Amino acid sequence: MPDLLFKALSDPTRRAIFERLRRDGALAVHDLTTGSGVSQPAVSKHLGVLRAAGLVSGMDQGRQVIYRAEPAALAPLTDWMRHYSDFWPARLDALDDLLKRMDQ
Amino acid sequence: MTQTIEIERDYAVPLDRLWRALTTPHLIAEWLMPNDFQPKTGHAFQFRMEPSAWWNGVTDAEVLDCTPMTRLSYTWNSSGDEAANGLKTVVTFTLTPLPQGVRLRLEHAGFREDQARNFQGARMGWDRNLGTLATVAERD
Repeated sequence: MPDLLFKALSDPTRRAIFERLRRDGALAVHDLTTGSGVSQPAVSKHLGVLRAAGLVSGMDQGRQVIYRAEPAALAPLTDWMRHYSDFWPARLDALDDLLKRMDQ
Repeated sequence: MTQTIEIERDYAVPLDRLWRALTTPHLIAEWLMPNDFQPKTGHAFQFRMEPSAWWNGVTDAEVLDCTPMTRLSYTWNSSGDEAANGLKTVVTFTLTPLPQGVRLRLEHAGFREDQARNFQGARMGWDRNLGTLATVAERD
């Protein structure tokens, strides 16, 4: 699964599509194509890769598919070790502050 | 293969005060996160923060060990639809009395190597998001 994610995110156009969906919510292929400088078939192909990685979901709505970002799919790529290496020292400082306040 | 974060801090306070700060829900909320902790082995609870684009804000936990004044350990796992690919870790606090105060040892164990790598190439704006999270955490 992380390999599919990596592959999907390795391409700048796909990252841009994912970011756009994350920012603007649900969009159809032609919304994503307009003004992007990328052809509709190319956008569709990128959406296919993003879908395979679980980063984007598609819902049939009449004759078109509406796409939305699925940020939860990023969970396996989150650098948790680094996050918590910063998180805990800050929390233990806050604990120190609390312990001092409990004194009063 | 998993990795562990280990931190030691000395606090110049009585043992029972530090224990209360670690095991009383409203006090835990003051230094760590809002929670529904209970000091009972087997108690399942959650830590909750504001959700962000990349995280639902919920940490699932279960008390593994709660030995008064000595040791507190709970699981620290991703929640909901993030659970399958997310964190499956254990946080352990060990208290050792010092002549003047207490030594607190924190171990956060179980980071998978593929979660500990530095994914610079694919990270996009996540560092920014982590920055926001840190700000939120500071405010809480």
